[in-house]
Amino acid sequence: MPKDPANPSHHLTGSRIRARRLDLGLSQAALAQAVAVSPSYLNLIEHNRRRIGGRLLNDIARVLAVDAAVLTSGAEGMLVSALQAAAAMAGHLPEMDRLEEFAGRFPGWAGLIAAQAARIAALEGQVAAMTDRLSHDPRLATSLHAVISAATAIRASADILTTGGALDPDWQDRFHRNILSDSVRLAESSRALAGYLEQAEGAGDTALRSPMDEVAAVLDGWGWHVPALETPAAGAAEALAAAVPGIGAAARALLAGWLRRYAEDAAALPLAPFLQAGAGGAGADPLALAARFGVALDRVLRRIATLPTDGRGPFAGPVGLVVCDAAGVIVTMRPAPGLALGRGGEACPLWPLYRVLGQPGQPVRAEVRLPGERAARFLCYAVAVARPADAWDAPPLVEATMLAIPDAQAPLRDAVPVAAGPGCRICPRAGCAARREPSIIA
Amino acid sequence: MARRVLLIEDEPNIIEAISFILSRDGWTVHAHADGTTAFDRVRALPPDLIILDVMLPGRSGFDILRDLRAAPALAAIPVLMLTARGQTKDRELAERLGVSLFMTKPFSNAEVLANVRALVAE
Repeated sequence: MPKDPANPSHHLTGSRIRARRLDLGLSQAALAQAVAVSPSYLNLIEHNRRRIGGRLLNDIARVLAVDAAVLTSGAEGMLVSALQAAAAMAGHLPEMDRLEEFAGRFPGWAGLIAAQAARIAALEGQVAAMTDRLSHDPRLATSLHAVISAATAIRASADILTTGGALDPDWQDRFHRNILSDSVRLAESSRALAGYLEQAEGAGDTALRSPMDEVAAVLDGWGWHVPALETPAAGAAEALAAAVPGIGAAARALLAGWLRRYAEDAAALPLAPFLQAGAGGAGADPLALAARFGVALDRVLRRIATLPTDGRGPFAGPVGLVVCDAAGVIVTMRPAPGLALGRGGEACPLWPLYRVLGQPGQPVRAEVRLPGERAARFLCYAVAVARPADAWDAPPLVEATMLAIPDAQAPLRDAVPVAAGPGCRICPRAGCAARREPSIIA
Repeated sequence: MARRVLLIEDEPNIIEAISFILSRDGWTVHAHADGTTAFDRVRALPPDLIILDVMLPGRSGFDILRDLRAAPALAAIPVLMLTARGQTKDRELAERLGVSLFMTKPFSNAEVLANVRALVAE
């Protein structure tokens, strides 16, 4: 059997397939027939005597109704990553050297810790969003200002009427009228504020997420493939964005922009010929596809990342897509299992996404290996594109795009291996030249 | 001659209340409700003290304060900032810009009067 020294956990992919098949009560012959291989070949795979990847792995994962990453890395591998993140949140790491042992011996408790850490992170995100909103929401600020101004005027007028001795009757009448008009104003502005807060409450999480998060949630729901935009139609992107319920105006504008770009990509790279050319498959180089269709490489990368996963395309699960601006801020991120790049600048600078920022136009291909025996690996293609400046001495606007295909989705090709990480804080790599802060794991 | 206070505030009833309590105390009070022209108003007739709101139509009180502190002839005028924006960052910004005193709304009349007296006496 071909060995895979970089990722020993993959040796057990066959065992996981077998365990999952038996859990489902499926015979070896039935699974072999469903994925169009012989039972004897499947038997070799299940006993880890044949390496498996690419389309066959995806087909098996589909039949077994499980994520392909779970078959290659094992659920415990994903659990270990989640536990590392949970420990990083806590700021200290108890017995990190026994993390895998813990996940293996007590998967239920480990899962609970990971789930609670995820929930804490989500709640912290909500608190941050609420704070941000209190500080920056102009409508809320205006509403609060109206309430406080009316209350201030009432208090000042009442203060004059009740302190400081006798008051001329004309002034008394005047301040009484002022109190009345300010009371009416206070009642109205309070009602408006309450209505606004109720509206926000009704919107649930939506009101507390950033517009980018809202867009990502919509696209996650669609699987990042938009059949309605595969056929050119004027105004289709705007109409689609306008019809999405439950998102804010800022998110709707961002979504419309993303969909317009999708429609342009789809028009330049029609689905049928793009798939026919093998897009995303092992034999099709994105750079060659860009040349063949006469389009920019970043367009090819976006198009591959948004191919359907219903069997028509080469992928059975999500592939990662990350787009960042020249400041390294991620503006689009399609998540894939194990692909962890934080939005807040805590990402590992060794990802090809950041490398290409310094060399616009220079494509980079790399096999990104995350640390750990069971960690994910990705075949990454990246390129940065500079939009020409429209004025003298204005800086060009650079945008980097990276396609990250999990090794569960496609066999890794002859790409340069890159030992990247999930971000310094939770990266155990020792002696990394790119490290900017000590790891709490090492 | 009565000492002059310029009240830069856009809420009519707050203007009326503050004007009343200061006038009763012997101050001459001028009110100005527009942020855009407030600095010109100060330059045209520099007062002994300015009471400055933050959220004004046209221009914020912070911008006006910044201009005042940058103008040599006006930089020494005491400025009492009176605002509904009481967050720490607003207070810190006002202090960085050179505010003499920062008060949040709602306020007590007695407190405003005491602070005005103290600032001009300094």
